[in-house]
Amino acid sequence: MTAPVAHNMPSEGAGQAAPAPSATAFRMTAGRISLDGREILRGIDLAIEPGEVVAVLGANGSGKSTLIRALLGLIPLSGGGTELYGVPPARFREWWRIGYVPQRLSVGGGVPATVREVVASGRIARQSRLRLTSAADRAAVARALAEVGLGDRAGDPVQSLSGGQQQRVLIARALAGEPDAFVLDEPTAGVDAASQRLLADTLADLIKAGKTVLLVAHELGPLEPLITRAVVLREGCVVHDGPPPLAVGAHALPGHDHVHPHAPQAGAEALSGWSDAALGAPHREPGSLT
Amino acid sequence: MIELLSLDFMRYALVAAVLVGLTAPAVGTFIVQRRLALLGDGIGHVALTGVALGFLTGTAPVLTAVVVAALGAVAIELVRARGRTSGDVALALLFYGGLAGGVMLIYLTPGESTASLNSYLFGAITSVTGSDLLVIAILAVLVLGVLAIFGRELFVLCQDEEVARAGGLPTRFLGLLIAVVAAVTVVVAMRAVGLLLVSALMVVPVATSQQLTRSFRATRALAMLFGVLATVGGLTSSFYLDVPSGAAIVLLALAGFAVALAIGRFVRRSRTRESTS
Repeated sequence: MTAPVAHNMPSEGAGQAAPAPSATAFRMTAGRISLDGREILRGIDLAIEPGEVVAVLGANGSGKSTLIRALLGLIPLSGGGTELYGVPPARFREWWRIGYVPQRLSVGGGVPATVREVVASGRIARQSRLRLTSAADRAAVARALAEVGLGDRAGDPVQSLSGGQQQRVLIARALAGEPDAFVLDEPTAGVDAASQRLLADTLADLIKAGKTVLLVAHELGPLEPLITRAVVLREGCVVHDGPPPLAVGAHALPGHDHVHPHAPQAGAEALSGWSDAALGAPHREPGSLT
Repeated sequence: MIELLSLDFMRYALVAAVLVGLTAPAVGTFIVQRRLALLGDGIGHVALTGVALGFLTGTAPVLTAVVVAALGAVAIELVRARGRTSGDVALALLFYGGLAGGVMLIYLTPGESTASLNSYLFGAITSVTGSDLLVIAILAVLVLGVLAIFGRELFVLCQDEEVARAGGLPTRFLGLLIAVVAAVTVVVAMRAVGLLLVSALMVVPVATSQQLTRSFRATRALAMLFGVLATVGGLTSSFYLDVPSGAAIVLLALAGFAVALAIGRFVRRSRTRESTS
């Protein structure tokens, strides 16, 4: 499972305004993480090239969120290494190239903050300490708000928004920084269907613009057609890395006759691996999904 | 008001009250946002050891208090950032150590007793001298300057530390910075309300303000206004009614909170009615 996947390189999309091809966006080599003596990741090799749209799938507790947070340098590794655009996180300086969307909005101890204030804070990696907010900053924030359809809520406190709207605020914050790569932690979890569709539209625009997208999901929902590569984790190991599973939705349906027409060309062993992990083995224990 | 201003010590006290009323809530907004509302209390207790150390060594208590409070704040932040010990237990340990250390050191100082600590524990703003005021003014300008320069980064840090790190901010430095700024603020406010009540001025005006505002910026500005109203109002009433200034300031701030709570309920209710109609 260590071979870097070469499909869907940005150069394939001829005529697109893709960022200049450069070093691998995210790389983990033999990455290991232990928390409180428990191994969460056990030797992960992963490389994500600019322009790829990668979903990290797996059951709860498989280590997917840990993996992306480690890739960003938010969790120290107990073995192996990670690189962002070819540089270890501790020495990485071009943080504006990465837009991180955490799982949920932290509401800051009850101190109010408006939607605009939170979204504008996404410009931080592009601002220098002593300069005031520029016209470019304001324009980027306005564009980000419009993209997620929250332009009319800019002056409202984020605390007053619904869960799906707060998720859109988080995405707008990442958009405002105009990064090359987006890292999203469970963007579909606990979000209503309308917000999920809006998220899919936003991601589709980003992908068209040649951005790199790395997201973690328990289930893909409307994001499924956008994904070009799936990495499936089970118990801290990569059990599938390649084309996305084609019929996640159908697999998840109750009463679905579980056959793998696409198994021969993708490798039967790997696929049985992801289906168990991604779906929590629903065909064996139908009630174990959540 | 005229007779109040004709007295030298009251003029000094009023300037000190304005400075304290501005700085404590300005720092407090970030502290509350970072969910460390009790940080000021922990630092206040540690600062007491610093005050007693000043008495013992014959140096100005304000200076030793700044140094010891800053060291205590750094210790709290380091323990918190490690994340292994629970943050509130670390705070509790400093509460007890600071208070016990202060009482022990003052006992060891010849000619002093715990009564010497009273003006630091409960505040004695009318005893502020010209040189005290100079120190308070310099520290207050320092605190407000740091907040002006680092405010944008501190907002991100206090909102979500992980997002701050993923944005490339120097989170360890910023965490220590806000802790040390809080420590300096505690010492600035110590003369006005006393170390045991200092945290009230960092937290209560912010809690008052957030009942009425929608944005972070407005919350901070309004909290600073409420802070000044409380310190100046408390000081004047203590002069005319002959009551302790520290207690008057804090009780006034709390009364403001109660009023804001009622107004906030009313405003929010009519706001939701607006948006649903």
